[in-house]
Amino acid sequence: MEHIKTLETRNLCDSAKNGGCGECQTSCQSACKTSCGIANQQCESTKESK
Amino acid sequence: MIHQFKMAGYNIVLDICSGSVHVVDEIAYDIIAMFENHKKEDIISSLKEKYSDVDVNDIEECFCQVESLKNNNKLFTPDTFESKAGDLKAKTSGVIKALCIHIAHTCNLNCEYCFASQGKYQGERALMSFETGKQALDFLIANSGSRKNLEVDFFGGEPLMNFDVVKQMVEYARSIEKEHNKNFRFTLTTNGMLIDDDVIEFANKEMSNVVLSLDGRKEIHDRYRVDYAGNGSWEKIVPKFQKLVEARGGKDYYMRGTFTHANPDFLNDIKQMLDLGFTELSMEPVVCAKGDPSELTEEDMPIVKEQYEKLAELMLEKDKEGKPFTFYHYMIDLTGGPCIYKRISGCGSGTEYMAVTPWGDLYPCHQFVGDEKFKLGDIWNGVDNTEIQNEFLSCNVYARPDCHDCWAKLYCSGGCAANAYHATGSIKGIYKYGCELFRKRMECAIAVAVARAFSGEN
Repeated sequence: MEHIKTLETRNLCDSAKNGGCGECQTSCQSACKTSCGIANQQCESTKESK
Repeated sequence: MIHQFKMAGYNIVLDICSGSVHVVDEIAYDIIAMFENHKKEDIISSLKEKYSDVDVNDIEECFCQVESLKNNNKLFTPDTFESKAGDLKAKTSGVIKALCIHIAHTCNLNCEYCFASQGKYQGERALMSFETGKQALDFLIANSGSRKNLEVDFFGGEPLMNFDVVKQMVEYARSIEKEHNKNFRFTLTTNGMLIDDDVIEFANKEMSNVVLSLDGRKEIHDRYRVDYAGNGSWEKIVPKFQKLVEARGGKDYYMRGTFTHANPDFLNDIKQMLDLGFTELSMEPVVCAKGDPSELTEEDMPIVKEQYEKLAELMLEKDKEGKPFTFYHYMIDLTGGPCIYKRISGCGSGTEYMAVTPWGDLYPCHQFVGDEKFKLGDIWNGVDNTEIQNEFLSCNVYARPDCHDCWAKLYCSGGCAANAYHATGSIKGIYKYGCELFRKRMECAIAVAVARAFSGEN
């Protein structure tokens, strides 16, 4: 019986190898300006490859 | 590190360091909760007792599934980032790629809750000259290294009170971006008072995003967002915003509201925005001095948290009706979200992101403008206050002791340095109230993402 369903997610450990291009949006430049979080930012390189 | 929670009818388990998201049944939920601190036989016997109608082989099989996820680094993944945190941040440092341009330190509204003290930032009223703005753009290009996408936000005060200089700066940036192999992305944050056809045409052509300040219900908006005669601005700005958004043709925008102690029930303000035809929404908790009447209180906290949950429910309902809307803090792209560098480095204030005052001084971000000790330098001579800059450079999620055991650390990246400073006196502190709200927002955002992922299956 299937007890666990795993959603497809970006593997953060793998992103240590190929990430860090720095092209993504500065988080505070969009709508918030007061309460930082980065989870809602998109990766610029995966965005291009989608 | 893991985090477990139940929301929207789902049992959700997050594996923090791999970024995995699991949706599990009750048995798996209980096994995972006990897994790290109990022996296998104790877990099995405990669950056998609790789920007496379930076949013990099934419980054992579930245990094996949990074990297998652990072995495949999808559950209880050890944190291997901490020792590399400084290096990871350094990789994305050393260049500046985003400026918050304080084009106008003045405002045509007199909002009592304004963190920028009615646009003046505790100083004199001032407008940026084109000469200063041009130098800011040259400074950005000169310090942007190999970064192609450069972000410039026209901010204030009210930027449209210096609209001619905004236009001149954009024209100048467009004239030089190709030769430098750069791509400028402009944003404009406005209270809407001066929006006219000229502004709409320009903003929709040149601004990759516009942030439109609206607090929702008329009585809530007009409580704080008034002109100098004390008149509310809602009636005046709403039709202008509607016209601008309609003409925007799908380009990005946000209706951005602030909620305060006056409206912890901010979902009603979100609904008002939806009723007005807006679909790209953001509502932010107020940032104000301690003791300010607008400050959110401990009593407001449970109300606000409930509102966040109800907002998630509303989003899913609207999805079903075929009328989806976006809430800025619930946008989460599980497959295309930020890499670990971003998750460790945070907002980049004082390093890749800086604010420029109307007279060309540099500050770590817009929220430090006006606090002289945080002045980094200026756009003619660059950064000379390396002591402060190094403090920001060393600021990553692992540099904040309070974040160490927080499950949300790789979603928030340590939070806002300015909020931390104002709450604790240190940019490496945390703003606890904000953290609690952030964690709630993240649970809601992930629950919405989970529900959406499963909506096709039901």
